[in-house]
Amino acid sequence: MERKGSLFTVFVYACALLLAAVILAPLAWLFVMSISPAADLAAKPLRWWPQAADFSRYAQLLSTAENSAGAAFTASLRNSLEVAGMATLAAVVLAVPAGWAVSRTPSVGWSLSMVIATYMLPPVALSVPLYMGLSWLGLLNNVFGLALIYLTILAPFTTWLMKSGFDSIPREIEAAAMIDGAGLFQTWRIITLPLAAPVVATSALFAVLLAWDEFFYALLFTSDQRAKTLTVAIADLAGGRVSDYGLIATAGVLAALPPVLIGLVMQRALISGLTSGGVKG
Amino acid sequence: MSGTWMTTRAWLLMLPLLVIMVAIIGWPLVDTVRLSFTDAQLVGTAGNYVGFDNYTRMLTSSNFTRTLSTTTWFAVVSVAAEMVLGVLAALLLNQEFRGRAVLRGLMILPWALPTVVNATLWRLIYNPEYGALNAALTQLHLIDDYRSWLGEPGTALAALIVADCWKNFPLVALIALAALQAVPRDITAAALVDGAGPFNRFRFVILPYLAGPLMVALVLRTIEAFKVFDIIWVMTRGGPANSTRSLSILVYQEAFSFQRAGSGASLALIVTLLVTVLAVAYATLVRKTAGSAT
Repeated sequence: MERKGSLFTVFVYACALLLAAVILAPLAWLFVMSISPAADLAAKPLRWWPQAADFSRYAQLLSTAENSAGAAFTASLRNSLEVAGMATLAAVVLAVPAGWAVSRTPSVGWSLSMVIATYMLPPVALSVPLYMGLSWLGLLNNVFGLALIYLTILAPFTTWLMKSGFDSIPREIEAAAMIDGAGLFQTWRIITLPLAAPVVATSALFAVLLAWDEFFYALLFTSDQRAKTLTVAIADLAGGRVSDYGLIATAGVLAALPPVLIGLVMQRALISGLTSGGVKG
Repeated sequence: MSGTWMTTRAWLLMLPLLVIMVAIIGWPLVDTVRLSFTDAQLVGTAGNYVGFDNYTRMLTSSNFTRTLSTTTWFAVVSVAAEMVLGVLAALLLNQEFRGRAVLRGLMILPWALPTVVNATLWRLIYNPEYGALNAALTQLHLIDDYRSWLGEPGTALAALIVADCWKNFPLVALIALAALQAVPRDITAAALVDGAGPFNRFRFVILPYLAGPLMVALVLRTIEAFKVFDIIWVMTRGGPANSTRSLSILVYQEAFSFQRAGSGASLALIVTLLVTVLAVAYATLVRKTAGSAT
């Protein structure tokens, strides 16, 4: 094997430290801003660490007192949860039968390829008719309407993940159950779905991440607290005349927590999902 | 069971998905095509047929050519930087050192951070009066005065590219790392015995394993970069003086800010066509690379 000199080892550790700093510094600063008193953030030279940690902004944003910054924030938090939850549920319900069908009957696979090819479409190519359609249905500024639109992003992706998942479950197991007299849905319930549970969970988590991250459609199709999602609320804060930058940072930390926790907990599944997607294309 | 029944059953199982997809993707796309030949407004008038007027007007406007070059520049530079940084980080993470697992775990953080939060974070870092970048650079005596990084046409796009790279290079790194771990140890050992230097080992032994996955990452990232909207909207809204305006932002302004649904639709289809051509060209390239890599 390669002889690794001590100079090389030092080099590797130096690079590792640099990489860790590059990744962590912006994230750490987001958190520090969220707990620094406003005076510290406006100080010149800038105070990099607060004299006294101040967590009051978290309480401020999570309070539901009327007409406060917290009311707008918690409303958008609830909208994000509702939209992501509904869209994910619908995407999985559509994806499981469709993914299974393509996996077991490859001759219909071209239709899934067409669905997946829609990934290339920029959302702007659909946005005008979708806007008019939602307006006609009375679903503008409505969490149901937004969840429906999110299926344009979530459904192709989850179906494709489910299809690869079903591919790895041998069809012989299903055939055996069917020979014993089980119908299709019974076979799914007893054999296929329990085996596919991890893939269903991974697909659902990916779907939640995608929905949580979405901004463009939410910006277009929502206008107030009844449907505005977190991403739009944060963009409003960042673009508005908020004088306390710490408050913007706090909103960012809170919005980032759920996906970051999902990312860390599901690390292995997410990475294998991403890379298998990356390798297989 | 007969094949016809299997096929019929498969179609029945796909039906709910296909119906929804036709309703929220197929129909809107067709309707965008129809609108692109009209002078329809977003609200109110249904619009009259105007032929290719919208297309010729959009394609010949200086706004379009300028925005196209801005978007191309953003896509090329940010994707190239993400690829290079991603591969370098993957080569590092493929070495053995203490804390490697932790560092690999950290790489998921920028990827998991919502795009809008990332944009907001960097907007705060670049803040002209209180931003951390200005503070750090002045305290290190690298600049004398605070600068408006996002407020000047000369630096705004570069500042955006840095923010985009920071979020996206870790994903490239994770994909490249997975590919690196598939390189058999004895092959790299054999190359070493044969006297291949580090560069040659990378070029001839490791790169063939990386080529396939990296090409796919390149395709996906390039498509994403051409469609870019979120990060630019939150950080600069396309300004200053339209110096960071991407194609998607131009469509948004045309269709929604100015409410010109017809010309907005034609512009959106031009963008779609560009992305499709890119994707098809790339897909051919991927197939070739994947073929030659094995």
